[in-house]
Amino acid sequence: MFNLDPKKTEMPVQAPGERNKNFKEVATGYTEEMAMSEARRCLACKHRPCVAGCPVSVNIPDFIKEVEKGNFERAYEIITDTNSLPAVCGRVCPQESQCEKVCVRAIKGESVGIGRLERFVADWYMKNIEEKIEKPALNGIKMAVIGSGPAGLACAGDLAKLGYDVTIFEAFHVAGGVLMYGIPQFRLPKEIVRKEIDRLKKLGVKIETNSVVGKMISIDALISEEGFKAVFIGTGAGLPSFMKIPGENLCGVYSANEFLTRINLMNAYKFPKYDTPIKVGKRVAVVGGGNVAMDAARCAKRLGADEVYIIYRRGEEEMPARLEEIHHAKEEGIIFKILTNPTRIMGKDNWVSGIECVKMELGKPDESGRRRPSAVEGSEFVIDADEVIMAIGQSPNPLIKSTTPDLKTHNWGGIITDDAGRTSKPGVFAGGDAVTGAATVILAMGAGKAAAAAMDEYAALKTDNK
Amino acid sequence: MYKIIKKHAFNAQVILMEVEAPRIAKSAKPGQFIMLRVDEQGERIPLTIADYNAQAGTVTIIFQIVGKTTTALSNLSQGDFILDFVGPLGTSSDFEGIKNAAVIGGGLGLAIAYPQAKALHERGASVDFIAGFRNKDLIFLRDEMKSVSARSFITTDDGSAGVKGFVTDVLKSLIEKGAKYDTVIAIGPLVMMKAVSELTREYGIKTTVSLNPIMIDGTGMCGGCRVTVGGQTKFACVDGPEFDGHLVDFDEAIARSAMYKKDEAHSAKQHKCKMEGRLDV
Repeated sequence: MFNLDPKKTEMPVQAPGERNKNFKEVATGYTEEMAMSEARRCLACKHRPCVAGCPVSVNIPDFIKEVEKGNFERAYEIITDTNSLPAVCGRVCPQESQCEKVCVRAIKGESVGIGRLERFVADWYMKNIEEKIEKPALNGIKMAVIGSGPAGLACAGDLAKLGYDVTIFEAFHVAGGVLMYGIPQFRLPKEIVRKEIDRLKKLGVKIETNSVVGKMISIDALISEEGFKAVFIGTGAGLPSFMKIPGENLCGVYSANEFLTRINLMNAYKFPKYDTPIKVGKRVAVVGGGNVAMDAARCAKRLGADEVYIIYRRGEEEMPARLEEIHHAKEEGIIFKILTNPTRIMGKDNWVSGIECVKMELGKPDESGRRRPSAVEGSEFVIDADEVIMAIGQSPNPLIKSTTPDLKTHNWGGIITDDAGRTSKPGVFAGGDAVTGAATVILAMGAGKAAAAAMDEYAALKTDNK
Repeated sequence: MYKIIKKHAFNAQVILMEVEAPRIAKSAKPGQFIMLRVDEQGERIPLTIADYNAQAGTVTIIFQIVGKTTTALSNLSQGDFILDFVGPLGTSSDFEGIKNAAVIGGGLGLAIAYPQAKALHERGASVDFIAGFRNKDLIFLRDEMKSVSARSFITTDDGSAGVKGFVTDVLKSLIEKGAKYDTVIAIGPLVMMKAVSELTREYGIKTTVSLNPIMIDGTGMCGGCRVTVGGQTKFACVDGPEFDGHLVDFDEAIARSAMYKKDEAHSAKQHKCKMEGRLDV
């Protein structure tokens, strides 16, 4: 029976006043009944706009049909035909600007909860099915993947399935990249990332942590000395941007990268059981309007800050964060100061004491299509703060570029590739944020998969020519 | 896991460890650093590479017991393993054109100043070596200092050995007596490097310092190590660790280095209680 409800089946969540004091997952997930009921909202349109809206073309109506029938295992198989990290994507994809944006149900009412269903299917499968992973027969060809974030994991998974002997080199002491150091536990439980990585290991993928390619070993040496046929660069966008305003080097000013890495990767929220400390002020100002800013603000709240501000220079509609994160942040008591831009950070005895801002107004759209903000003259005001977190974006880390001279990059640092991820250097491929600048998990995965196909083609050619 | 091949205590506080890390040993250059984590609950700390042996596949670190992590590290023995060991990080030293240098090591900084002096000595540069300590019990590498320098000097704060006073006192008197240095390399506590840089600025002598700020990843990701150099923000992990001492904003660096002082003391105390069985955490 078709579900006519114009609204999505509500996602069960921890109560805001409770969850803003813990790091447990905010949304607790659909039950089987909820999932089947939500699945019945799908019109199974013939022209399938949702599939076209998905960067990895997940066969959405088909998997939803199986959910409706209660055939969750089959639904999982359909999703994983094209998406190897459904438990992750169901949680962190910006569905409202992808599949759900073009859902026909969204014309009158809310779209089908595609992301919620994807997450339900992935969680159900993890909980109920003992997955048997068969190691494919090895073809004896070595492939190197640099970075174990979404791009690297997707690339490594596809290469391993094709029979390659794959090694991932990871700079940190654990694999997972931004999924581990960036996205907090309450939005993406680390156990899920670990499980996905274990699946890759079962496929035969080797992971060498503590390996900074470019410093410990060059890309050239990986190919010429260690015998890797091709190399994939999936090193992400890890270089934090600062505003270059006075006071940014005061104690109590963090990059969001540092703040989140201390918490997520180093477990600083469990200090002193874990050794890495973190400073959390009473009044914390987070600058930026993306997911990273929301994550930082919500972490600060959870760690006991009385007041946490999001300071963003454009309007709320222009915020790049997922709608759900903005919504959750507000529920948790984060104070939004939109159309506000910091001009300097004030200090007392070397520590942050406040942040001076100007009011902004929006003009005509700029090259990003969003209305350009400009400062309202004489509108300076001060927000008292004892901590400032800069979450205004990250750019690709220059480590690889600076140690691989023949790798062409854009001025802003992104590696130049074609659609299949081929770089200017033969045998070297790249994808994800290292190519596009900070984007999404799903786009990075798509790029990793495309590059895996191109690497397969490259290896075949190289082998034929020998 | 990275095996400790050799452990040697120079004194009650300063310990040398030779660690098996073949890939790092092969790529390491003078002036670079590693990051390590002792155990699963541990923090990541940077330590400058004191020496490396590509053939043996080992990297030598020298550290001083100051807080929880270095205490935990010091409790490991030869044959034990360090959980994580990453490098070589940072840019390498530039010795180009140095003919007449004063190399200064303050306390533990001597561990890093020594390979610098050695490298310069081997390149045929003339080296005057000055090392400063709080007292005579903390002196280490004394003979090694002599073997790589034309002249070597020890200072102690309390006068219990060598010249009573600071490294800057000796440097100043050497310059006043006519020593013509084209370069001064100063490695040690921030206050010492600041004092040396202020002195050499008066004489217009190029001065290189090596910074060791708080950092998480060591690869440019966290920005915790940012330092103002010549009015610009630099990341010590990728732009350094060596900088022109005349351009570094030392006061800011000193303030930033103390950011977690209270937490560090708390953590070390907790650790001590745990080791002595007085606290169950």
